[in-house]
Amino acid sequence: MIRIANGQGFWGDWLEAPVRLVEQGPIDYLGLDYLAEITMSIVQKQKLENPELGYARDFPPLMARIGKQIKERGIKVIANAGGVNPRACAREVLRVAPGLKVAVVEGDDIYPKLDELLAAGHAMKSMDTGEPLSSIRSSILSANAYIGAFPLAEALATGADVVIAGRCTDTALALAPMVHQFGWKQTDWDLLAAGTVAGHIIECGAQATGGNCQVDWQTIPDFANIGYPIVEAEPDGTFTVTKHKGTGGRVHSDVVKEQLLYELGDPKEYLGPDCITDFTTIRLKDTGPDRVQVSGIKGRERTPFLKVSISHAAGWKATGSLVYSWPDALAKAYAAERIVRERLSRLGLEFEEIHAEFVGANACHGPVAAWGTGIDHPEIMLRIGVRGKDRKAVERFTRELVPLVLSGPPTATGFGDGRPPVREVVAYWPALVPRELIQTRVEVLA
Amino acid sequence: MRIPVSRIAHGRSGDKGDTANVGVIAFEERHYPILVREVTAARVKAHFGSLVHGAVERFELPNLGALNFLLHESLGGGGTFSLRIDAQGKTYSAALLAMEIDVADGEL
Repeated sequence: MIRIANGQGFWGDWLEAPVRLVEQGPIDYLGLDYLAEITMSIVQKQKLENPELGYARDFPPLMARIGKQIKERGIKVIANAGGVNPRACAREVLRVAPGLKVAVVEGDDIYPKLDELLAAGHAMKSMDTGEPLSSIRSSILSANAYIGAFPLAEALATGADVVIAGRCTDTALALAPMVHQFGWKQTDWDLLAAGTVAGHIIECGAQATGGNCQVDWQTIPDFANIGYPIVEAEPDGTFTVTKHKGTGGRVHSDVVKEQLLYELGDPKEYLGPDCITDFTTIRLKDTGPDRVQVSGIKGRERTPFLKVSISHAAGWKATGSLVYSWPDALAKAYAAERIVRERLSRLGLEFEEIHAEFVGANACHGPVAAWGTGIDHPEIMLRIGVRGKDRKAVERFTRELVPLVLSGPPTATGFGDGRPPVREVVAYWPALVPRELIQTRVEVLA
Repeated sequence: MRIPVSRIAHGRSGDKGDTANVGVIAFEERHYPILVREVTAARVKAHFGSLVHGAVERFELPNLGALNFLLHESLGGGGTFSLRIDAQGKTYSAALLAMEIDVADGEL
């Protein structure tokens, strides 16, 4: 049995979580997931500005904190902290945590060879719209293939203490140790599917241990001290989800079910680089306090494609807010929205979209929140935003909110932060490439 | 008898681009058939109204006593494109759980 933990569900997750996983009990592998789709465009921009950046900058300081302990105890760290520059990330880790053996996995970043791929006839059509990638070529910010567990397992086989990858799947961070330790083969579809499910359960950190759980949330113990998830994996593909003793949170089949459903598509066709997983075969069993056993998982042969995640610039946006107090808070906020729209219109500004929501009444659920309109709310926040290709128009919009404090409905407040910032809109373009086009490489840096 | 789905189920929702996914899970296995019968794709589409511009797809996971819904074109474009406060559909499971369904006397 091996213990695989996840200490980071996204870049920006709780900084203490991975440290506590190392300090508060036994683990063999520590997975850290830093990359969301949007993150790739951010790190690519950072690399363009400084060739020594382009990775998750939270990661090296973490290694400085826990490097000595993981080395002494033989805990292996696997992180997709490399972003678009795993090598620079590794150099920084070696600088701040000397003595560690660090392996990098490269080959997922296809941004530098996009033109070559397009010229060779790989259209990389959008899986959403069917349009060819050439239609947005000039605005592309990043392009990465989702690589699977085998390149990471290859990196573990070098004996490295720390494996730094770029855009691998979140689930591969947990599957790779199983492939490495148990010697699973590329055609062991059921086993690979089991490891993929384990990865899916823990990839969002504490969402597997009671965080964001709807079942009896008031009774979930000690959120402030929540334990991040650990999978105890067996060579036959069964595993148990648990957490360290003495930590907060809850591991229960209700919690695990919620996480299994999170960001799920067709449950029979969970596609990944290593296999296709059938979520309708998963069996859960509560086997003790904070212990859920998972078994029965079936998988099928992987597809000949890898998914690529491409981000591209798609204009500008800004969103700001004003708060109106009782009485007639919602009516005032509605009036303010109308005034902003009219002023923007008289300025002749054009936007792709102007969107207003009324926080406290119906911002989250829109028309489904019917109960939000019939009462006199204590207060309502008007949250209004615009998006468009013309940056100047979006900038002008940001000047049109605060004046309402003096020139609109009464009792407006909440303008203390001043003008809202203008942000670049980064759109996401999912596509497929034949898997043989992606050649990964593993290298140990010392 | 009319009850909100929240009487017999919990859920979790998330996003993939402009598509929200909403998982609905029966607290008790014996109530799963009620979910299958009552919480249809068409009912969910009607419940969400103008929040969902595209189709609603439903998938069954009897092993978990759960249904999974995909709500296409429901997040204002999704990701950073969206101007919505809940651009990731994190609260959509709560919206679905507020939907009312019919159950027979004694069925609970």
